[in-house]
Amino acid sequence: MPIRCEIVSQDRLVFQGDVDIVILPGAAGEMGILPHHSPILTTLKFGVIKVRINGVEQVFTVAGGVAEIQPQIVTVLADAAENVEEIDTARAEYARKRAQEALAKGIPQDTDSYLAVEAALRRSNLRLEAAQRYRKRNISFREVEK
Amino acid sequence: MPSAREMRLRIRSVKNIAQVTRALETVSASKVRKAINAMTATRAYATKAWQVLTHIAGQPGRESLHPLLVERKVEHGCLVLVITGDRGLAGAYNSNIIRFTQHKFDQHQVPVKFIAVGRKGRDLLIRRKQNVIADFSNLPAAPSFADVSAIGRLAVDEFLTGEVDEVNLVYTDFINMGRQITTLKKLLPLQIDSGDGRVEAFQDPSSPAAAYEYEPDQTEILGEIIPRFTALQVYQAILESFASEHAARMVAMRNATDNARELVGGLQLDYNKVRQQGITSDILDIVGGAEALAG
Repeated sequence: MPIRCEIVSQDRLVFQGDVDIVILPGAAGEMGILPHHSPILTTLKFGVIKVRINGVEQVFTVAGGVAEIQPQIVTVLADAAENVEEIDTARAEYARKRAQEALAKGIPQDTDSYLAVEAALRRSNLRLEAAQRYRKRNISFREVEK
Repeated sequence: MPSAREMRLRIRSVKNIAQVTRALETVSASKVRKAINAMTATRAYATKAWQVLTHIAGQPGRESLHPLLVERKVEHGCLVLVITGDRGLAGAYNSNIIRFTQHKFDQHQVPVKFIAVGRKGRDLLIRRKQNVIADFSNLPAAPSFADVSAIGRLAVDEFLTGEVDEVNLVYTDFINMGRQITTLKKLLPLQIDSGDGRVEAFQDPSSPAAAYEYEPDQTEILGEIIPRFTALQVYQAILESFASEHAARMVAMRNATDNARELVGGLQLDYNKVRQQGITSDILDIVGGAEALAG
């Protein structure tokens, strides 16, 4: 008996399907959700969501958000999410460099722009780490074309 | 019948108008495509967020969970967020919204306040002597969530301070290019049986009877997501309305172009007749003159 899993980010539907288990980075730590779980509403930390279908694992990065867990369905409302296989490492690398430069220049702290840059840096770090660790083939599509 | 010269000028001006309306149609066509993309991109998130909200609101003992879920007797006032366009030339788009709003809230027992999103709506509401407390005009063509979150926050604040006991949203639901429906949605207090088709559509049979567990804790998580998801509903409504506005404008401009073409056809026929008549009478004059000389 599988459990339905839907992952949406603010700009698109990232994943939907019936899976055997969902592993989420919950506020209080990693949690594995099996079918018929009791209802939970939790915030998500930066990290990866893993779903397993018939022993095959798919990994998604998630940059914060909320997850609603029902006995039959897990709904992830992510601030940003993507499949690790889709991550554009070149772009993430560039974004990280830009964020680091911006921080190095020294923006006054506690301003919105500072927080935005910091969040961008955390997001690109997360993407790069996840891509390196979980990607089945460790080369991006772009590099293949070259 | 006007002179041939006058008619020629008239034809030329109608043709110019057709050219302008055609250009506007093309512009709207490209804008509507962008607006639809923006709208569908966030639709998944917004419907899911709304679903989570209704699940939260559907729990037993909802009243104690969060102030935004508390159903109050509507006595102090009622707030209506009216989303219209900044510009006209969109057929009956803007006036439909205002007429619909008036129809729904004219007979209200309590004072009704309005928040206008869009210049046209603001002007029409003020002309009808309505109490407009805030005006969000000239939004960017492709607003981001940050651009419009203030609107939702204002509505939430009004509700929390007790200024109003109910918040409604009037927007235009985009069905397809030819069909947009002016819609009333009750935003606050959140409820499950609002008669909103969307809510019913997403009430799965396994809807939660049991209450949630919360992580980290109830106050923190509800305090964060309820206001945010409410603002998100406003954002989605704005995107739907923008797409609708461009679609309405496109259709209106296409009709205008078609009408202008038809008009030119009729005028051209009349003009040809006048011209022909002129030529005939000229020839008759010449023939008459020639005969007089010969005779």
